[in-house]
Amino acid sequence: MNWTAVATIYRAEMARFWRTFMQSFISPVLSTSLYFVVFGSAIGSRIQEVDGVEYGAFIVPGLIMLSVITQSISNASFGIYFPKFIGNIYEILSAPINFLEVVAGFVGAAATKSLFIGVVILATASLFVDLSIQHPIAMVAFLVLTCLSFSLMGFIIGIWAGNFEQLQLVPLLVVTPLVFLGGSFYSISMLPPVWQAVTLFNPVVYLVSGFRWAFFGQADVPVLLSLCAIGGFTLACIGVIWWIFKTGWRIRA
Amino acid sequence: MAAILSIRDLRKIYDGGFEALKGVSLDIEEGEILALLGPNGAGKTTLISTICGITTASSGSVSVGGFDNVTEFRAARSLIGLVPQEITLEPFAKVHDTVSFSRGLFGKPADPARIEEVLRKLSLWDKRDAKIMELSGGMKRRVLIAKALAHDPRILFLDEPTAGVDVELRKDMWEIVAELKASGVTIILTTHYIEEAEAIADRVGVITGGELLLVEKKEQLMARMGQKQLEVQLTAPVSEIPAALSQHNLQLVNGGDALLYTYDTRAERTGITTLLNDVAQAGLVLADVQTRESSLEDIFVGLVSQGAASDGAVSGDAA
Repeated sequence: MNWTAVATIYRAEMARFWRTFMQSFISPVLSTSLYFVVFGSAIGSRIQEVDGVEYGAFIVPGLIMLSVITQSISNASFGIYFPKFIGNIYEILSAPINFLEVVAGFVGAAATKSLFIGVVILATASLFVDLSIQHPIAMVAFLVLTCLSFSLMGFIIGIWAGNFEQLQLVPLLVVTPLVFLGGSFYSISMLPPVWQAVTLFNPVVYLVSGFRWAFFGQADVPVLLSLCAIGGFTLACIGVIWWIFKTGWRIRA
Repeated sequence: MAAILSIRDLRKIYDGGFEALKGVSLDIEEGEILALLGPNGAGKTTLISTICGITTASSGSVSVGGFDNVTEFRAARSLIGLVPQEITLEPFAKVHDTVSFSRGLFGKPADPARIEEVLRKLSLWDKRDAKIMELSGGMKRRVLIAKALAHDPRILFLDEPTAGVDVELRKDMWEIVAELKASGVTIILTTHYIEEAEAIADRVGVITGGELLLVEKKEQLMARMGQKQLEVQLTAPVSEIPAALSQHNLQLVNGGDALLYTYDTRAERTGITTLLNDVAQAGLVLADVQTRESSLEDIFVGLVSQGAASDGAVSGDAA
């Protein structure tokens, strides 16, 4: 491993984050606060407890997942698309580094950024509602794995995208609906039986369910299944990226 | 001297079926400056990209300092610095940061003293904290060179370093190249400016249509292919070349006002004395004489049009 190169890419990507630190920090704090004003106080007070958890607290894991997933994808896709767009990707392609090192640098930085945002949202949420985390280690594991796997997915989107529209296409048309319909704001047990079955095809359900279990000890689907789902998704993304670098798809003519 | 870069039968066929390199073989010696000369679309950039690992070859091999550029890509690529043709720099990055980034990317530990040296050599030290977008076009090209030199490569590729650059900056660039050569760096540059190859190269390779037509020492190329012409201007025009002069290789030009004699500078006898004697004996009166030497440009145009002509013949036969 060329660790110097990995650290160089990582630092350069993080530098972009620090340059726009205030945006990176304020925007999740603001949007989380708004969610709590609307769903926690205004509407939430009229909603009964879900699975014995106050609604305001119930939505916290889903809210974190929502931000972490969208941030991971946008950070990672932009990170690799930008050098492609400017043309300075030539430098990465001609450097003595392999695909693992390139991915470690870019995806590592993107995952770090979204992890940071996840923690900021958690801290903001704890100002509004009483939160207890029953399985802290599992909570951290789910959070880190989600940041990592969706940053990997973002990396793939960034390599696939041929223009800025395509860069937005997948997050907008696929990821946002999946996340909203993935039980971020409700328990799937609240759905009619048919939709409960349909919703099990949505991978985000497993993430949110597992993550929520780490907080409240209750899950829509078995925790092990959640862990397998996210583990499998991570491996699938690594497989696709390995294939991309092996064949040079969309990066080497 | 030993070859530091060895290219064997390199072919590149793009997905669309376009054959950009048709089996290029080339050895480059350590410490030399090789100019690859060719028109737009000749395959110059594809050749460089394939050596550097930006494009994958369809077949053939490249050895850099004895290392295969695919199986031993780490060792091979560490020896190479690449200055691309287009200015491809992140506009918001600072000069010093982007040059340090290049060094790190090649796995070299941070070395502020070395970065300072490179920046000073390229007159960029004063601009080290400037953002790329604040720099002039010439300065940006220098930054690209600084980035390529940041990891101390032994081979430097300059892909059309002076395309679209003003005369003064071009001279600057040539000086930089000369200094780099003096410091022991092997340089391969592509250009479609003949004067550039003539001014700084040790050897010249002519590439067109994906084929390397020839590689020769610049002087040898000019001597071998170099023809000189003597124009004999007459006081009174003639309608045809007098019979007494038919043994000479003459053309009638300027509507009969002048005779054009083409000869080889390397021949033992140029035949000029005999010609001038014969001209006088034929009763012609000289108004003036002048000689012209063919430049690398003439040689180049000749070679490329020959190549195009033979290509045409081949496709004509096929049809």
